[in-house]
Amino acid sequence: MKITLKIWRQKNATNPGRLVTYERDGVSADMSFLEMLDVLNEDLTTQGEEPVAFDHDCREGICGSCGVVIDGVAHGPQRTTTCQLHMRSFADGDTITVEPWRADPFPVIKDLVVNRGAFDRIIAAGGFVSVNTGSAPEAHATPVPKVDADRAFEAAACIGCGACVAACPNASAMLFTAAKITHLGALPQGQPERAARVVSMLDQQDAEGFGGCTNIGECAAVCPAGVPLETISQLNFDLRRSMTPSRRH
Amino acid sequence: MAIATQDRKTRPAGRTSVGLKVVMATTGVLFLLFLLAHSYGNLKAFAGQAAYDGYAEHLRTFGEPILPRSGFLWLMGVVLIVSVVLHVSAAVVLWQRAHRARSTPYVAFKPVQATLSSRTMRWGGLTILLFVIFHLLQFTTGTIQVGGSFDSPYQRLVAAFQVWYVVLVYALAMVALGMHLRHGIWSAVQTLGWSTRAREVPIKRTALVIALVIVVGFLAPPVGILFGLVK
Ligand code: FES
Repeated sequence: MKITLKIWRQKNATNPGRLVTYERDGVSADMSFLEMLDVLNEDLTTQGEEPVAFDHDCREGICGSCGVVIDGVAHGPQRTTTCQLHMRSFADGDTITVEPWRADPFPVIKDLVVNRGAFDRIIAAGGFVSVNTGSAPEAHATPVPKVDADRAFEAAACIGCGACVAACPNASAMLFTAAKITHLGALPQGQPERAARVVSMLDQQDAEGFGGCTNIGECAAVCPAGVPLETISQLNFDLRRSMTPSRRH
Repeated sequence: MAIATQDRKTRPAGRTSVGLKVVMATTGVLFLLFLLAHSYGNLKAFAGQAAYDGYAEHLRTFGEPILPRSGFLWLMGVVLIVSVVLHVSAAVVLWQRAHRARSTPYVAFKPVQATLSSRTMRWGGLTILLFVIFHLLQFTTGTIQVGGSFDSPYQRLVAAFQVWYVVLVYALAMVALGMHLRHGIWSAVQTLGWSTRAREVPIKRTALVIALVIVVGFLAPPVGILFGLVK
């Protein structure tokens, strides 16, 4: 395959970036998108140029480190992670634009790499359950109905890649936060901190500078983990309920 | 990765972005109820001058003698104006936040499933606001007079909509309103936390139907007048 790449190159957080064009020939349709970038980087290195920086780790769609905007869509044309995208999803002769996630709470570190520390701080604000230390509680001590377990598991599938933020016209992190609210809120262990959790996680999300959700639904449509849009309704429900005096913490 | 513990004080729930959205959703529900009532009143035009003017007079005497004359309309006006102020100021704050959240735009950005209605809420809302101001100047204060001045609300209505470009302006405004309602109704239900996976599609369909009913209901009298069905 012959393709033209337009890749966002940015030296560091402060330098302005720009799109740089690379003509590639002999790209195999069976390569993953990241392998295609690896080969580009090998060539750039032998030419004495700086390779393109991009995030990746597991390359099997579970860690959430990879993730770039390909032709205007987070993770590209398939609903999967960038590492699980293959060149067969493109046609010979295509021009492919590659950009980093664009959201001010996710500042660009270099080229396609952004700092997603804001997500860690949202989790630290309430995305946990408090348990006493000591020996682990017996797993069957607290029964969980199957439907609740399934719902929690579906929301817990979030890999924190940030595609929801990247795809949102408001650069909102609602799907990410809502996934954790739904996950923990569906389980008995999550109940004691439920009201406090939604307020502090949402407050942290706002403080990080993410936009507000306008229920457009782009987030769920690109989510590689399939976190559903209804989790956002669940977050909204929990927040409204936390405002009723009897449930205040 | 080590994370510093949070020492900032958490703001109350109502001050979060979702708190602002709840304000927008609630005021939006009030607007919707008002629009349905308003549209119903307009349709009296098809029943003739006596019915239409009678309805207009009834609105003024509604609640008497507990309320003074026009008391009900005043009360409603105050509620609506306060709602507009709340709705618009919350929208402005959220608009600014969203704007700051992505100061560098994408070179290429392709929405996957977003409707045009969902992506034009802010400019559409602004269009509706400007239209409402014009509409009030025309029919409430009478500052803008089209086709002469009349004591009868019915005659004022008929005279105004015999002019084609007035009908056109209203038609465009109603398209903006319909689009705003189509996404707004769904968005309000989701924001109030009443949507679920199973309800999502029915809610969106219902929102579309309500939006269409309101647009058709509002446009029927002006179009009827323009084509001489109502004289
Ligand atoms: S590299 Fe781990 S999900 Fe893509």
